[in-house]
Amino acid sequence: MGDADMGWLALSPQEWDAVRLSLLVSFWATIASLPLGIAVAWLLARVSFPGKALVNGLVHLPLVLPPVVTGYVLLLLFGRRGPIGAFLAETFGIVLAFRWTGAALACAVMGFPLMVRAIRLAIEAVDPKLEAAAGTLGAGRIATFLVVTLPLVLPGIIAGMILSFAKAMGEFGATITFVSNIPGQTQTLPSAIYTFTQVPGGEAGALRLTLVSVAIAFGALLVSELLARRAQARVGIA
Amino acid sequence: MRQDGAPTLEIALRHRLGAFDLDLAFASDAGVTALFGPSGSGKTTVVDAIAGLVRPQAGLVRIGGETLTDTEAGVLVPPHRRRIGLVFQDARLFPHLSVRTNLLFGRWFAPRSAPRVALEPVVALLGIEHLLKRRPRGLSGGERQRVAIGRALLSAPRLLVMDEPLASLDDARKQEILPYLERLRDEARVPIVYVSHSRSEVARLAGTVVLLREGRIVGRGTPREILARGEASETAPARSAARARRLGRWSPGQALNTTRPASERS
Repeated sequence: MGDADMGWLALSPQEWDAVRLSLLVSFWATIASLPLGIAVAWLLARVSFPGKALVNGLVHLPLVLPPVVTGYVLLLLFGRRGPIGAFLAETFGIVLAFRWTGAALACAVMGFPLMVRAIRLAIEAVDPKLEAAAGTLGAGRIATFLVVTLPLVLPGIIAGMILSFAKAMGEFGATITFVSNIPGQTQTLPSAIYTFTQVPGGEAGALRLTLVSVAIAFGALLVSELLARRAQARVGIA
Repeated sequence: MRQDGAPTLEIALRHRLGAFDLDLAFASDAGVTALFGPSGSGKTTVVDAIAGLVRPQAGLVRIGGETLTDTEAGVLVPPHRRRIGLVFQDARLFPHLSVRTNLLFGRWFAPRSAPRVALEPVVALLGIEHLLKRRPRGLSGGERQRVAIGRALLSAPRLLVMDEPLASLDDARKQEILPYLERLRDEARVPIVYVSHSRSEVARLAGTVVLLREGRIVGRGTPREILARGEASETAPARSAARARRLGRWSPGQALNTTRPASERS
């Protein structure tokens, strides 16, 4: 242990694992949920279909449920004996429970309402008249979406991704319920901080990881601000 | 002029929306046909029906003999396959694309069979060379509208439909654009349907005027004939309503035949 120097700031291997794992989990939670997030946001913004209110409610459910409940539902569905979990394990050999991939799923579900909301608002802000104009110029629905709607929605997509990422970095209840808190495998930053606070002499570790969390969150905000500004300048709003 | 004998545009529509009842049929030729009438006379519904943006309750739209809408036969070609260039009152340029990319937008999606319209002559015709690298947000209303016209032209349309293209501009801007529209009429070989409520624009641009009032066609002729009538056409809606009653069993084809002027039948 260093006495007066900054040596106490150095992360232990286990702490590094938690940081790496959190970044990995958050990155994949965000990337993997993005296509579905855009699709659902578009559906909610532009299409009227029977059961729309139900879909909307389902998407927003993780926002209002206690995270532990969401985690437990995931465990019931995606656990080894759950209907979806058993199917995935038998058919594809994919096991989510108590793996980092399960943590990514939990984080994706928890961040999904935030992501969909940001993208949906951005899509609703795009003037449908512009899309109609693209149609008269020969662009079909998909082409119009790709070259007109999507670029105009880009700032909203970036905002949605950052929100989802930040939510994933902080997600605790659903993750710990679904995949537990196994060091090196499912112990993310919040779980590691929680563990430190539960053992005597863990204050230094908790503080170290807290500083890392703050730094990552701040970095994400800066990057999102930068990207959003660039995208808006391109779109011509700013 | 088209040589195949089919009129450029044939349209017959019947569309009821609340208290508003649209019931009309007309055909246009290769020049500029103005659809002239006060706001609320149904002009925009006609434009939307031509472009395929609305499905009329009953109707027929044919361009150069090709059927684009036929409610009886269940034909409704989607807007992006119609090759009809639309110029809107609000230019509707894509804000995230440069003027140049806006202009070339239609070319990306034009079918291979469509003639390829070169950029340079269109840009020269509309006097927008100096704008190519700019973004739409920095343009004046008049510049925007000229770019919008160029964008529609470059999509190689079979018909150019201009829906009140000058209505949102001030007088100075209108005077700035009108010469370009005259050049467009004289130099571009595209038939034009020009929708407007402005007497002066119609007088200056149109070869044929179709006078629209309360969803009915109440007159058709040269600008001189139609515009000189002034308010003489007030009695016409009643006549038209009588005709609508007569056509109890309405069919678009029949409606077209009954109203197509003799000059186009021969």
